[in-house]
Amino acid sequence: MANDGAIASVPVLAAERISKTFGEVQVLFSVDMDILPGEVHALVGENGAGKSTFIKILSGFQPPSSGRILLDGEPVTLPANSAAEALGIILIHQEFNLAEHLTVTESLFLGREVARFGVLDRKAMRAETRRVLDMLGSRIDENALISSLAVADKQMVEIAKAISRDARVIFMDEPTAVLSREEAGVLFDQVRKLKAKGTSFVFVSHKLDEVMEISDRVTVLRDGQWIKTAPTSMLDGEAIAQLMVGRELSSLYPTKHEPDVDETIVLSVRGLTTGYVQDANFELRKGEVLGFSGLIGSGRSELMEAIAGLRPRLAGEVLLHGEPLVAGDFREANRRGLAYMTKDRKGMGLLLDEGMTTNLTLQSLGQHVTHGYLDPGSEAKAMARARRRFDIRVRDDRVRVGRMSGGNQQKLLLAKVMETEPQVIIIDEPTRGIDVGTKQQIYHFIAALAREGRSIIVVSSEMPEVIGLCTRVAVMREGHLVGMLEGEEISEQMIMRYAAGLRRKAVG
Amino acid sequence: MSTNSDIEERVPRRRTWRDIDLRAVAPFAALILLLIIGALVNPNFIGLTNLANVATRSAFIAIIAVGATFVISSGDLDLSVGSMVAFVASLMILFMNSGAIADPSLMLVAAMVLAVVIGSACGLLNGLITTLGRIEPFIATLGTMGIYRGLTTWLSQGGAITLQSSELQSLYRPAYFGNVLGVPVPIVVILVVTAIAAFVLYRTRYGRHVVAVGSSREVARYSGIHVDRVRTIAFVIQGLCVAVAVLLYVPRLGSTSATTGILWELQAITAVVVGGTALKGGAGRVWGTICGAFILELVGNIMLLSNFISEYLIGAIQGSIIIIAMLVQRSLTRKS
Ligand SMILES: Nc1ncnc2c1ncn2[C@@H]1O[C@H](COP(=O)(O)OP(=O)(O)OP(=O)(O)O)[C@@H](O)[C@H]1O
Ligand SMILES: [Mg+2]
Repeated sequence: MANDGAIASVPVLAAERISKTFGEVQVLFSVDMDILPGEVHALVGENGAGKSTFIKILSGFQPPSSGRILLDGEPVTLPANSAAEALGIILIHQEFNLAEHLTVTESLFLGREVARFGVLDRKAMRAETRRVLDMLGSRIDENALISSLAVADKQMVEIAKAISRDARVIFMDEPTAVLSREEAGVLFDQVRKLKAKGTSFVFVSHKLDEVMEISDRVTVLRDGQWIKTAPTSMLDGEAIAQLMVGRELSSLYPTKHEPDVDETIVLSVRGLTTGYVQDANFELRKGEVLGFSGLIGSGRSELMEAIAGLRPRLAGEVLLHGEPLVAGDFREANRRGLAYMTKDRKGMGLLLDEGMTTNLTLQSLGQHVTHGYLDPGSEAKAMARARRRFDIRVRDDRVRVGRMSGGNQQKLLLAKVMETEPQVIIIDEPTRGIDVGTKQQIYHFIAALAREGRSIIVVSSEMPEVIGLCTRVAVMREGHLVGMLEGEEISEQMIMRYAAGLRRKAVG
Repeated sequence: MSTNSDIEERVPRRRTWRDIDLRAVAPFAALILLLIIGALVNPNFIGLTNLANVATRSAFIAIIAVGATFVISSGDLDLSVGSMVAFVASLMILFMNSGAIADPSLMLVAAMVLAVVIGSACGLLNGLITTLGRIEPFIATLGTMGIYRGLTTWLSQGGAITLQSSELQSLYRPAYFGNVLGVPVPIVVILVVTAIAAFVLYRTRYGRHVVAVGSSREVARYSGIHVDRVRTIAFVIQGLCVAVAVLLYVPRLGSTSATTGILWELQAITAVVVGGTALKGGAGRVWGTICGAFILELVGNIMLLSNFISEYLIGAIQGSIIIIAMLVQRSLTRKS
């Protein structure tokens, strides 16, 4: 796999002893890295290791505090903001960077609009957008507004935007975090194609199997320090994980505990129909971890939001502890012990301009009210507890949540939802953007919740996660619940078969 | 799983000057700067009587702006406050003129209660139109601005509405001209209203919800917050503040007209923005708002006392202030 011919050539882009300090906090310590022409270079590390910061520096979005960047062997100062794109250096942000009120076509051509005789050539731009989207196997409408797209589709637009330019180096910060296996596969096909033409990629991901699949070399960061750069062929997932966390990892998944067949049913969904989801039926028992698998866009989140009361239902009913749950009343569901954790932590989960504590207690403020007013002491205590329990790591206690690393935001979101002490917890993509070590913690945490007698629904696009964690797995396809797998049946092949529509059995 | 020694051993961070939030401090710095300028322009300016006068005169805008802080923090805007002042004041005076209650003190109390109820109702109407009607607050309150103003003009037949009973007038006068322990009543009212507002905004569940709704409606909804209710209540608080301002306004002149309160919405919004509250919603700064209202009045006062700028330019100067305040706010946000 290693790019033999390229080893000798001059790196397109190289970082020499890059350090970065925010205020008084140093987050990168003399990090080196070189990117060869036509290679895929994976950059891995725990949450908060400094990966996003490092590639923002290498793509000109932030200046380094010290150190040099070499372009074709020559020291350069990269122009600020996205001006480095003119040099062929493109960054796909971990946080989406699209203007919400533009259409897909407009965002693809933002800043380099095609014009004929000074008039925008909309038709040509639309056609080109369609071509790139088709190449990516994406069915997004090129005239759709960005604000109307689901997160996975927004990610696809970002990717389309990057590959539609003449890029020399494309930095991708967790591009597949919100994509399904299929979509990631399509992306990787495009990466291989462009790579053959000499484009280089830097690929940041917590999905180590993808790192093994696509990359030629791997660089590991830990706590802002360079740890190792090695050809991927000399490593395996286990070894990378160990380098990342600096110690040996025990088994990723906890042992499963299947609830008794006659255990009480805490949640039952009957004939639930929304605009897209048709006639969904399933039950959840006390102490159960039920998985929901399926392709992106199969209606899983829509179903869950309808159950929780965040979305209107057209038909059907939901019983929580045997009592019907009023449609469209999320607060009522909350009060009765049902919680929903969104997968869109930036758009719907966290107030990015506020601090950690405000976010943590937002959903459970009632617990911190004495004599009618908020008690900051009690909130601070809850924050300290949550930081310990969820291992939320920040170097500055009063940091705005928008400035925290992606993984730590995810942990904070989970902590926020758990503050409401729910009995039934629906978690949409529990480990989006989370490193292996933390993943393991979250898995054990979910298992512990189940052992306490709480019931959990895990919606996930990561199949190993659903398989490793759940005692039953529901599969959705195009708005229908097409399969319910149990015990031995739960395997990647089976789930895929249902998700792709090759198999189907009546559920309910 | 922490292998991070630097985190485990982290010493509590020292508080440095860098920790001070510039946006919170800027309005107060501007205020001090103005006081210095004023003192240079005219030695009488810095005298206690002059400053107390300025503060007293800023009362109407200050109190209305406190309400506007809630509306703006929750991500909305209320353009109708100026007309609302005129409308509530007219109805209050008309009620007192009606002689429905014989006993003057009882009449006064009833009229004050009426003003509070009408103010809140006007606020509620604004809130319901924006939330239930799903109309942009800018348009909704532009509409009610016309409605309240039009009704006032109709009630007054284009002229003035004057409190007729001299007995009531003398009974009510101290509400504006009186003192509490030597402090003019309007200043006391400003302080009390602001203290209550600050408590509500910073120390209650509702206040936190306002901030959440203003920062992101979606996040608030996914956190189980009743977004429409929070927004509507903010409009009601605004109406309540307008009513309190009216309670001070009526005893001052004992009359109101179709032109009462014109452009007050501009001044109230300016005070809020100068005070450091972001127009796009989110964190509100009540004390900053008061500071902003005081700054607006001070600028006018300095212009009066000085000889080089015509006081007819006050409107233009106040208009410039809101633009400058926005620019300063933006540059401070970028840095932090
Ligand atoms: N603008 C900023 N101001 C202050 N601190 C920052 C800023 N940007 C990043 N940091 C801090 O730098 C550290 C590294 O963050 P970074 O986002 O690079 O991590 P990461 O490796 O990408 O993590 P993840 O896998 O969770 O995305 C974190 O502690 C973060 O809080
Ligand atoms: Mg990152």
